[in-house]
Amino acid sequence: MMQIIGTWIAAGLTLAIFSFLYKDNPFYKFAEHLYVGVSAAYAILYVFYFDVKPLLYEKFLTEQGAEKWILFFPAAFGLIMLARWIPKISWLSRWSIALTVGIAAGLGITGQIQGILLPQIRGTLVPLTSVNNVIMVIGVIATLVYFYFSIAHKGAVKHGARLGMVFIMVAFGASFGYTVMARISLLIGRLHFLVYEWLHLVK
Amino acid sequence: MKFFEKIANIDSRIIYLLLFIVVLIPVAFKLVLPVRVSEPVQAAYDSIEKLPEGSVILFSVDYDASSAPEIQPMLLATLRHAFSKKHKVLLLGQWALGLPFGEIGLNEIAPQFDAKYGMDYVNLGYRPGYRAQMVGMGREIRDFFASDYKGTPVDSIPLMQGIHNYNDIDLLVGLEAGQAGDEWIQFAGARYGLNIIIGATGVIAPDMFHYLQAKQIKGLMGGLQGAAEYETLVKHSGTGIAGMVAQSYAHLLLLGFILIGNVGYFVIRRRKQA
Repeated sequence: MMQIIGTWIAAGLTLAIFSFLYKDNPFYKFAEHLYVGVSAAYAILYVFYFDVKPLLYEKFLTEQGAEKWILFFPAAFGLIMLARWIPKISWLSRWSIALTVGIAAGLGITGQIQGILLPQIRGTLVPLTSVNNVIMVIGVIATLVYFYFSIAHKGAVKHGARLGMVFIMVAFGASFGYTVMARISLLIGRLHFLVYEWLHLVK
Repeated sequence: MKFFEKIANIDSRIIYLLLFIVVLIPVAFKLVLPVRVSEPVQAAYDSIEKLPEGSVILFSVDYDASSAPEIQPMLLATLRHAFSKKHKVLLLGQWALGLPFGEIGLNEIAPQFDAKYGMDYVNLGYRPGYRAQMVGMGREIRDFFASDYKGTPVDSIPLMQGIHNYNDIDLLVGLEAGQAGDEWIQFAGARYGLNIIIGATGVIAPDMFHYLQAKQIKGLMGGLQGAAEYETLVKHSGTGIAGMVAQSYAHLLLLGFILIGNVGYFVIRRRKQA
């Protein structure tokens, strides 16, 4: 019974969202706000049950010695993040933000260099023994020329930059084509749900 | 002139209606087209196929309801493949709102292969802070996942005995609707040498091809097409294959509208110049 009610609610909300394609209306607004509210509440519960509870509260109860007391630091940094809501001590939250930004930057820099820059350079250094490899190497060089702004784009550089622009446009086209496919897939998914699970038009 | 003005400015609601009809008919009548398997998807399939029986595969569910129609069929197809080869499955998620889809997938596929929770598969759940988590899991999974999705201590789960870090995992299947895929490649792949295959939404799949070319990932499934190809390989038709006819017809319709719109635009421009 609960599943049937759930299916009808899901179908009603899907149709309410689709109604926006005709024009904005209260049904769409209701569904949109409901989605945002439910998502936020769901995320809060998840963060509590999968983060605060196991990684802070339960760990504090089970750990011994320094491992136990060091947990006060993340707890304190988490709490002072909430100081943003109290104007007099809102400056305290900057410490938490600074810590977060520092960790993200440190991880990001090493990740980008170790995980993207070096492997991608290695991936570009290929023998020019196939048409694909030749096109790829020309594409990389031409695109780099397009983004090289320290000299005027004249003569050979201009032609290189133009070629780079062509490669960039082809990449944008491929990306847009994939995006169209993705959006149609979402429509297919919803219609599949409406036809098979809600209306049971097809078995 | 009026005709060309009309076709150059078709009401978007007419386009929506036609698109709706074109997608609905193949879905309702269960029309099917043959699916040709591409190299990136074949490589993803081979990565699981070639693993010895009992290998440990980590699934990362990094999507939510808004991209589930594309990626959920990939999860079901890859889980089906993994369980059919008697591999061990660990599942976790970097998106809090997506993890229920992982649980749905496990509950649907595992019983079909008599896979037992705790012995053949485990749902580790979700933990925030994914970059730090991905790096930390390279040392010890328990630092972040001391308990599973239901709160059971990981040390009491038989499957998790002997699984401590990426050295004990043979393959990662990243199912991605955002940046988590790049992070897995950067932090688990490049830093710890973990073998990775990616299933991505159509929106981010183009950004994954350079990883494939540089051999940073072993295989790639892109969008619903990728899911349909994997379903073809595991010989089990799902919503991926079912959606391919609608997808093809919708693309033809959109190509038609692009053509009509451009004809209208160029005719009007030429007449204005004349």
